[in-house]
Amino acid sequence: MTSLPTTIQDVFNEPGCARNASKSRVERKNGCTKQLKPGGAAGGCAFDGAKVALQPFTDVAHLVHGPIACEGNSWDNRGSVSSGSDLWRRSFTTDMSETDIVFGGEKRLYRAVKEITEKYDPQAIFVYQTCVPAMIGDDIDMVCKAASAKFGKPVIPINSPGFVGSKNLGNKLAGEALLEHVIGTGEPDYTTPYDVNIIGEYNLSGELWQVKPLLDELGIRILSCISGDGKYREVAYSHRAKAAMMVCSRAMINVARKMRQRYGIPFFEGSFYGIEDTSDSLRQIARMLIESGAPAELMERTQALIAREETKAWAAIERFKPRFAGKRVVLITGGVKSWSMVAALQEAGLEIVGTSVKKSTKKDKERIKELMGQEAYMIEDMSPREIYKMLKDAKADIMLSGGKSQFVALKAAMPWLDINQERCHAYMGYVGILKLMEEIEKALYSPIWDQLRQGAPWDEFDRKPQGRTVAQMNAQAANPVRDPSRNGVRAISFSNQAEASERESAIAAHGPKLAEPNTPCTSSSGRCIACRDIPSDLQPPALQAAE
Amino acid sequence: MAIVTTSKKACSVNPLKMSQPIGGSFAFMGLRGAMPLLHGPQGCASFGLTLFVRHFNEAVPMQTTAMSEVATVLGGHENLEQAILNIYNRAEPEIIGINSTGVTETNGDDVEAFIRLIRQKHPQLEKLPLVYVSTPDFKDAFQDGWGKTVARMIEVLVAPFDPARPRDASRVNVLPGCHLTPGDLDELRTIFEDFGLKPSFLPDLAGSLDGHIPDEFTPTTIGGIGVDEIATMGQVAWTIAIGAQMRRAAETMQVRTGAPFRLFERLCGLIPNDDFMAFLSQITGRSVPSKYRRQRGQLADAMLDAHFHIGGRKLAIGAEPDLLFDLSNSLHEMGAQVTAAVTTTNSPVLQRVRTENVLIGDLEDLEELARSRDCDLLMSHSHGRQAASRLNIPFFRVGFPMFDRVGAAHLTTVGYRGTRDLIFDIANLIITDRELNHGPTPDTWRSTNSDLQVVSPGLH
Repeated sequence: MTSLPTTIQDVFNEPGCARNASKSRVERKNGCTKQLKPGGAAGGCAFDGAKVALQPFTDVAHLVHGPIACEGNSWDNRGSVSSGSDLWRRSFTTDMSETDIVFGGEKRLYRAVKEITEKYDPQAIFVYQTCVPAMIGDDIDMVCKAASAKFGKPVIPINSPGFVGSKNLGNKLAGEALLEHVIGTGEPDYTTPYDVNIIGEYNLSGELWQVKPLLDELGIRILSCISGDGKYREVAYSHRAKAAMMVCSRAMINVARKMRQRYGIPFFEGSFYGIEDTSDSLRQIARMLIESGAPAELMERTQALIAREETKAWAAIERFKPRFAGKRVVLITGGVKSWSMVAALQEAGLEIVGTSVKKSTKKDKERIKELMGQEAYMIEDMSPREIYKMLKDAKADIMLSGGKSQFVALKAAMPWLDINQERCHAYMGYVGILKLMEEIEKALYSPIWDQLRQGAPWDEFDRKPQGRTVAQMNAQAANPVRDPSRNGVRAISFSNQAEASERESAIAAHGPKLAEPNTPCTSSSGRCIACRDIPSDLQPPALQAAE
Repeated sequence: MAIVTTSKKACSVNPLKMSQPIGGSFAFMGLRGAMPLLHGPQGCASFGLTLFVRHFNEAVPMQTTAMSEVATVLGGHENLEQAILNIYNRAEPEIIGINSTGVTETNGDDVEAFIRLIRQKHPQLEKLPLVYVSTPDFKDAFQDGWGKTVARMIEVLVAPFDPARPRDASRVNVLPGCHLTPGDLDELRTIFEDFGLKPSFLPDLAGSLDGHIPDEFTPTTIGGIGVDEIATMGQVAWTIAIGAQMRRAAETMQVRTGAPFRLFERLCGLIPNDDFMAFLSQITGRSVPSKYRRQRGQLADAMLDAHFHIGGRKLAIGAEPDLLFDLSNSLHEMGAQVTAAVTTTNSPVLQRVRTENVLIGDLEDLEELARSRDCDLLMSHSHGRQAASRLNIPFFRVGFPMFDRVGAAHLTTVGYRGTRDLIFDIANLIITDRELNHGPTPDTWRSTNSDLQVVSPGLH
């Protein structure tokens, strides 16, 4: 058992991380969590990171130890998919109360584990530590140990209270928990020379299954996937794999590197986004397996499969070329996105006019210039306001980004597509890139844009120089009373202030009649509103109404 | 009289409840130019933000004091100061609304004192209203956070009654509970205006989260009620509170300004709306506009048309107390039986829910009750979808959050018209379910025992 601060220091000192390796000794000491500015942007916390990294394990009960906020506000929001158990979709939390804070929450946690065991009998229980129990000193390690011994099943502590750092740190802390408590604790029924691990892939929208058939065809077995559609037992014996693929998200670099260190499993960083990256990744997997002792003919079969699939994919993309000719894309994503996706978009005739380089290295920027020309519009750190303006000025035809910035585009009546975590389509592999093209085409050519970019009818009307300001117009629209300057001409008032019924408009148009408050103009037995002012001296009954 | 019990489980499974602080932040979102600020670790705000964005499909302003582990040990004064200054400089808000979280409450941060110190140190903040509400995560629930926050807004922002000026009889204060959607608020606004009243909604979510296209991108709330308008709320004739959660706010208003209040616990259903119309008629001295006379007729007719389908249904409903009370009673009045009722927090209205017992629990409890009592319609927020699919019964989404369907902000259930639409929607859901899943077959009537076969309610 290492203490949490030691683990965090250890995670920060990740030699497998290129960014970390390029730092000076002093910088490295400071770790990677950029202290968020209070009142600055809001990102997820370490608990959030740990939870999203492990949540896709399907047959595990994920128990969050803390007050209701951590789990109650956040559960059931991930688009992972399972081919088996759906236990992962259930939410378990100790929902600590004030009493638990005062007397400590360990007993409650233990009882919670007991209840879950009795009711759901999961393969394992992951217990997540959050801020409040960490503050009051609940020792989840000990509770898990005791519960594990008592109930005879793995109860794994995930030490990741939110306030220790960012979401990304939480991803890594989750990885550390797996390394410490899970990986290497089980054995597979059999092994083959074709066993691989896929690390840092979450099977969002079932993406993994877009690629799995290719691996199946090559006879490559996914021994374990951490954590998309993963099972507890698979992780436990994942140390028997012959090679590993580290999917482009750098969330779990520590897992891949330590598994190489401990079990000699070679890994590479790859991605299944875009045609070229998919081909590259398949070749890399084959190469590594061969180096680890698989027959050399695997490479020939892999190359043949790649050639076949690529031909099909490029042929299918051909269809989009005329549709995408001259269309400009702005790409705003958080981190290092795979450039092959860009290549595929360009191949289809789209022009990438801007991309965010907030987290890109110098090398990345060179690569961008190479791909997009010297004129590439690099967005260093644009405020939403600036992006909004840029889109409003129609410097682009579509924006691809994560969900957080969607409204910037949509509110500017600009086509937008989600290419981050929350998306509901799968864009992986040769099949996925086509899906992406289809989605882009649908977005670009939706008939709604032309309608939305037309102004409202009253915009025109308000601009007419009639000597009246818009403010006056609005005031009038909100309060359709007689305006002597109108000389009985009835102006059309557009207003969302009040649903002035036609009857009232009619009354307003009746100019002179307004002077006679006794003229009824509704069929109701009372009089219409427009016909009478409330006497300002009407004192309300000063009694308090009983219910 | 329902018996109210609390679940004894150590482990809450599939929570129905959401936390108090984000209920508080939600209330601040109904103010113009506001920035809700959660005093706590960054995750608290991030989770809340995601929840609101997915429900409303709108950009939602929400900030955090980003308490780190060290800051938590040392106290949050500096973080709060930086947060306020950063928001002030960057977002230029008209008001910052601060809610505490479990972490800062466990720590015992004296935020009111912090605010005083910050004001002393930074005179430029003199005119910026800062409203702080204590809302720890480990107590109460979403609607409590909302209720407390609105009450606190009134204490801080409403100017005391000025006897030199007469009360404005054409204005009313409206204090809506958090179970009212922007669609509900718009419906109410129309009703008040049709009675010749100018309503001031506090908070006014319909001004900021009803979906609109702004000309400029702003980091704070767009629309909602302005601080200047809130200040004058003491000069009005009446305060109308909607939902029992608003009693505290209404009483605060009365104590502070002397304005009498009337609390409407329900605004869904025929009789509650009759009361509402009668009250408006009474305070304005006007008869009910013909529009509402027509709407009442339509509602009455809708009840006639739909009671065949809704009558006898066994309802499982999970919602916050005020919403539970409103919906379950409205449907009870349509002839449905409220067979399972689960809620999140205690409230005086729970005893008056028309059912045998109300459980303060989670969605697992609701699912179990629904299964054992053979319910055939489930109502809750979107999280209930899993339970409904396991039970294989129709599911009506209501309340917050509703993240897997569009248009959540405009679901209207108040007024004659809202009630009418709700009744139609539920009846149609039941009809669809009957057509899909309960068509008679020869086997429906095949009985293995000689007893009289009891026909399932689906065949009514």
